[in-house]
Amino acid sequence: MKRPPVTALVRRIPWTLIVFVAALTIPWIGSRYDTFLATQIAISALFAMSLNLLLGTTGLVSFGHVAYFGIGSYVCGILMKTYAMPFAIALPAAAVGAGLGALVFGFFCVRLTKIYFAMLTLAFSQIIWAICFKWNDVTGGDQGLPDVPYPDLAWMSSIPLLDGLRIGDQFYVLTLVLVMLSLAAIQRIITSPFGLMLTTIRENPERAASIGLNVRGYELAAFVIAGGFAGIAGALFGIFNRGVFADFVYWPKSAEVMIMTILGGIDHFWGPVVGAATLVLLNQEITSYTEYWPFALGSVLLVLLFVFPGGIVGGLTTGMAWLRRRWGGSVGA
Amino acid sequence: MVDVSLLFGQFLGGLTTAMFLFLIASGLSLVFGVMRVLNFAHGSFYMIGAYLAWQAVQWLAPLLHGFWLAALVAALGVALLGGLIERLLLRRIYGREELYQLLLTYALVLILGDAAKAIWGTQQLSVSRPPILSGGIEMLGVTLPAYNLFIMLIGVAIAVAGWLVLTRSPAGRMVRAAALDREMLGALGANVGALYTGMFVVSSFLAGLSGALVTPIQSIVPGMDVEIIVEAFIVVVIGGLGSFWGTFWGSVIYGQVLSFGILILPSFSLFSVFALMAVILIVRPWGLFGRPL
Repeated sequence: MKRPPVTALVRRIPWTLIVFVAALTIPWIGSRYDTFLATQIAISALFAMSLNLLLGTTGLVSFGHVAYFGIGSYVCGILMKTYAMPFAIALPAAAVGAGLGALVFGFFCVRLTKIYFAMLTLAFSQIIWAICFKWNDVTGGDQGLPDVPYPDLAWMSSIPLLDGLRIGDQFYVLTLVLVMLSLAAIQRIITSPFGLMLTTIRENPERAASIGLNVRGYELAAFVIAGGFAGIAGALFGIFNRGVFADFVYWPKSAEVMIMTILGGIDHFWGPVVGAATLVLLNQEITSYTEYWPFALGSVLLVLLFVFPGGIVGGLTTGMAWLRRRWGGSVGA
Repeated sequence: MVDVSLLFGQFLGGLTTAMFLFLIASGLSLVFGVMRVLNFAHGSFYMIGAYLAWQAVQWLAPLLHGFWLAALVAALGVALLGGLIERLLLRRIYGREELYQLLLTYALVLILGDAAKAIWGTQQLSVSRPPILSGGIEMLGVTLPAYNLFIMLIGVAIAVAGWLVLTRSPAGRMVRAAALDREMLGALGANVGALYTGMFVVSSFLAGLSGALVTPIQSIVPGMDVEIIVEAFIVVVIGGLGSFWGTFWGSVIYGQVLSFGILILPSFSLFSVFALMAVILIVRPWGLFGRPL
């Protein structure tokens, strides 16, 4: 079947590049506050995307993904603040630390399925929370780790165009580049033969096992990769937030990132990014005139579950397909 | 030399915690056993029960010291709320993936939590102990508040009553049948929909009642919902999701681990109960008393 020419044209535009460049210009064209929001969106997007590697790609419902975000935050925060390590060491350490945590916990989790998997991931994330909350000497306990320093970004000022940016803006540029690189890596993983195996497992784990696939091994690998990227998001967030606190690891945060992912749509690569942007902006809008943000979030979630189970991107895709069928003649074909 | 009265005191403290948690977790476990829905909003029902009890005590205050009446009103109010939620919302998602069920009940956590905040504010509220149970009882050198003893007795009474209803009554037979094979029960002509609503109402009633009963010994604060639900999860996971006696013994184990954990490693008792939950899930995912699904 011939694809309608308009759609073909739309598809040929390098959307990713356009979005990236547009996002990159925010410090120059927007206010300080816009940059603040954009940083938050970029970090949340990476966190949601890492969860979707489990939720959408592999079909694993993790209710404790925040554990790896938290490990990343604490590893990076402790290294940079307590040991005055450079960011270039702290960030990879955060990813590796979170990945190792995911390896140990995931080893046990992938042995379980469905609700038991969700419960065990929740239990492990609460263990991490209890440690962060009580281990005063290392994590600061309930006081957390305030004043995590910004990375040394003086080198950025020597790059033309980037000089004259405030430190917050420079950190945004760094965050955006790191997030984009991570997203590109995740996309490579999803479209690789390995990623296709994960999708096979999601669609039918029994059949995948019967054709000789090591289902647990693949699930564990996905769990570790997702944990590592969550760790990077956590490390960036700790710096962005100017501090790391035990609240980061409390279980409702796991639900929050899950809502983000589902709001965007778990069946589409860009779904979690759209969900993260929507939720962060919605949060800003709503909290500016009422303190009842959770109420609004709950209502959004109800509408989502009953009206748009495929999320925003899912809903848009269905809507577009319907339009194309309806006015097939006038749009193209 | 081991101090017997100290250990006995810890034991009794653990037992009080245990029976409280049993009151809460029994409803959670019943709903999971029959409907296969893990209800995050169960903790919110508990919190609403506590607030409703406080409200009812305020209203009754000019007339009488009506703690018992208030507790009953609160439990019935929450039962009504639960029934409405099951009919209007939960009913639509029984067939869907567990992800959507978890998120629906989590949406209720958010909405009910904020609704409670809007109605009752964020300051701590408390209810005084009913005068008849204000004293204490001396045992082995430990003074046990009469109210705590009352809670233990209520817990045991609910356990025995629940067990009798489940095993000896026609309604209990239906519930057990629904837990085993919902479709077959429906095909045999039973009204499964009504049974589900009934189960959810009973479960909400228990949550509301435990919320009301906690008010004399704990102040009512926002956030008590998300805190208690995780504890209730631990209890039902230890005992076995859906197993009634499992929930009872799960509560007893939880209470004792927490209580003696504080003696051994004061700052890591929280850690120990989550670790216990994780170990049980790893070794016997269906819990100590449950059956594999």
